[in-house]
Amino acid sequence: MTDDHEHYEAVVVGCGPGGAAAAARLADHGVETLVLERGPEAGSKNVSGGLVYAEESAPYTLDDLFDGFREAATERPVTDYYIHNVAGNSVKTYDLTDLHEHDTDWCDSVLRRDMDSWLETRVHEKTSATGGGVLTNVRVNGLLRDHGEIVGVTCDELEPIEADLIVAADGVNSELARDAGLMDWAEPEEWFQGVKAVVDMAPDAIDDRFDIGPEEGAAHLFSGDLFEDVRGGGFLYTNADSLSIGTVFHLDSLVEQSAEPHELLDALLTHPLLAGWFKNEYHEREYAAKLVPDSKKVAHRRPYRDRLVLVGDAAGQMQAQGPIIKGMNHAVTAGALAADAFAITRGTADPAAAGRRYTTLLEDSGTMAKLRPRRYDLARTVGERDTVTNAVERVLASPIGSLAVGNPIADRLLQRAYNSPFLVSMLPDTKTGYISLPTLIAEEHGKTIHWESDIEPPTLEERIGDLTYDTDVGNPHIELRDESAAASGAAVTACPVSARDFGGGCYRSEAVTTNGTEETLVSLDTQPCVECGTCAIVADTEWEHPRGGKGVEYREG
Amino acid sequence: MRSIVLTKGVPDFSEGAVSFDEDGHLERGKTPTVMNPNDEVALQAALQTTVRHGGHVSGMSMGPPGYGEVLQEAMASVYTDDSYLLSDRELAASDTWATAITLSAGLETYQEEVADIDLVFAGFKTADGETGQTGPQTCWAMEWPIVTHVIALDIDPDERTLRAKRLVEGDIDEVETVEAPLPCFVVTDPEFEPTYRTASHRLTHKRLRAETEERAANHDAHLTTWDHADLNLDPDYIGLDGSPTIVSSVDPIPKAPSEREATMIDPDEDDMGDVLEEMHPFAAGAGD
Repeated sequence: MTDDHEHYEAVVVGCGPGGAAAAARLADHGVETLVLERGPEAGSKNVSGGLVYAEESAPYTLDDLFDGFREAATERPVTDYYIHNVAGNSVKTYDLTDLHEHDTDWCDSVLRRDMDSWLETRVHEKTSATGGGVLTNVRVNGLLRDHGEIVGVTCDELEPIEADLIVAADGVNSELARDAGLMDWAEPEEWFQGVKAVVDMAPDAIDDRFDIGPEEGAAHLFSGDLFEDVRGGGFLYTNADSLSIGTVFHLDSLVEQSAEPHELLDALLTHPLLAGWFKNEYHEREYAAKLVPDSKKVAHRRPYRDRLVLVGDAAGQMQAQGPIIKGMNHAVTAGALAADAFAITRGTADPAAAGRRYTTLLEDSGTMAKLRPRRYDLARTVGERDTVTNAVERVLASPIGSLAVGNPIADRLLQRAYNSPFLVSMLPDTKTGYISLPTLIAEEHGKTIHWESDIEPPTLEERIGDLTYDTDVGNPHIELRDESAAASGAAVTACPVSARDFGGGCYRSEAVTTNGTEETLVSLDTQPCVECGTCAIVADTEWEHPRGGKGVEYREG
Repeated sequence: MRSIVLTKGVPDFSEGAVSFDEDGHLERGKTPTVMNPNDEVALQAALQTTVRHGGHVSGMSMGPPGYGEVLQEAMASVYTDDSYLLSDRELAASDTWATAITLSAGLETYQEEVADIDLVFAGFKTADGETGQTGPQTCWAMEWPIVTHVIALDIDPDERTLRAKRLVEGDIDEVETVEAPLPCFVVTDPEFEPTYRTASHRLTHKRLRAETEERAANHDAHLTTWDHADLNLDPDYIGLDGSPTIVSSVDPIPKAPSEREATMIDPDEDDMGDVLEEMHPFAAGAGD
């Protein structure tokens, strides 16, 4: 320790659910805890599909850590859960409530600005009592090292800070995890990308149209041929007075198909199935995007280095359990366990003692087994081999396949199979599970919808125009290292706020003629950036978060 | 550090709030009174001092009883621990000179009744009078050093000195660094920006902001009002009688000449064609 730097026992970077849980638990242990959040308010940088789970088997849940959480910070409990297999206008719906309720104590829809800002207030109360507190508008930009060992953090806005424990809860684009060499932005296969629209709907209209009570909520998933050949699906969750409607796709599939994420979202929004709920009224409050790590592939098995521990998205702790994505609950568990690990090992000379204990706690609590199921590792070797996929695809496409999926017994079995946590966790990341099978189910068992949708979602330009930005003029947070189409062209379509032939997005491609030869170059304007991190993976960039308080500010999240 | 921030209530000149009569004279009765915008900067400087060194900030103003709201605004929007209002019918219609005499009496009384003062902060000019004289005149009456146009401030509590950066405007802006002993009078420049570069300062700032907002909700409990007797002032030397300034006349603000004419047209009708025809020569660059 040097006298030059301020010192706190613990510094938590990021005040989402993972950081909030870590900080609250550290405060419970009497640890002097400083929380640094780069947004103007917690939640202003955060997006989720919108369901937070409390698992019966989890050691910690949000309402354990924060009294009154569900009453104050969530939208509706999810009481009805369905998946819709779609083929054109033909739809076959399965009740997924059994899968949804498996190991579920409760599950509520949430909007992150409301939820996280509520958590921030509670965390500030708790941590202030330890001599710390929550500071917003502060971006932590890297790790402070002493003779190569991590001893603290550096910030854009503040002098460096030393700490005995550093909790990186700085999200999917964690700059600390990358600085420590624990995570990278290398492979599109390891990520999903989600986009979401929050759409106005009056509470009684929600109750009426989704056939639920005021204290109930519905979740609907969508798969099949809605999204052409892009692997992924859609979701719709009911909030108190709005709907969260979104789509989530494998990033590698988005890139392969040169698909436009906002168009895939529009394909869902304009499907006749949704027209029955909208009743020709559509007002979009907010368009948002987020990168989602696939924990099966990237959840770090030993998420620590020296005094640094990673929790939540920063550690890749986002579980895709078949169609159900669970992230916030694991971040909460991980954050609280990291805090416990520090409390247990407090005073130990070995700086990595807390990290090691945290790893053990993740294992012993069964959390790591959920994030990286062993059976997936076994299944993926089979499931992702093209020959197997092709063979299965051919069978499904054949009359025999249609017959097998199409008979009435298969219908019942399929609904049961969808509800099996064991089976869905083995679903390989191929088009079979996402597209071929659901399409076939819809074709064979589905009912045809005979009305059309009149919904016209906003254009991408309008969506960007409706977002709130505090642009850091003259100080772009992303630099394009290679502007060739080969290196960075994928960002033009994959970036959720860019599109082909759209001049108002982040990434544009331009034909440039030099010395008589024409080549396509990519240019970048970070003003409309929603900080999702997609381009960091699919393009060649130097990617950082904007300075504290700058950039996009989500109102809903 | 014990700081006093001098604030003044001014008409709210913001769009929609301000009201002028037909002759272009300000209608005080119809225009709400708000804290002089530049005073916020002075309050920020006092808050920065308190965050860094601890201490106490008192807001002080001269004006009718309603000016308690201005002091409340100072407490709510930035920071003060308590408020002192110098209010008396005898003080009405004071010019800068009489105001300075009254304020210096307020500061003297404060030193006698409350505590020794280390720093007095004032904003640069008021939005109504724009004389920029009251601060320096008050300071002259106190016989303290004054540092004006301050854009950055450091205090050394042990040495009892301050070091300030001053923005000196000339053909080009120059920044001058000066040192002065405490107690001292500081006039902040609108360019002054408080800086909090450590986590502990930011945490303190956040705590003080929360406390002052809570306090401001119950402002009357923190407000002390002094009249001319409390201030030990002779009525002949204050208010209108003590004001040597003679206002020769007040010019109404001239109305902007209106040369534009608006015609509503229906974009779906033939009217649009007429507009295009009318605009055409200008589009071609042939307009005059």
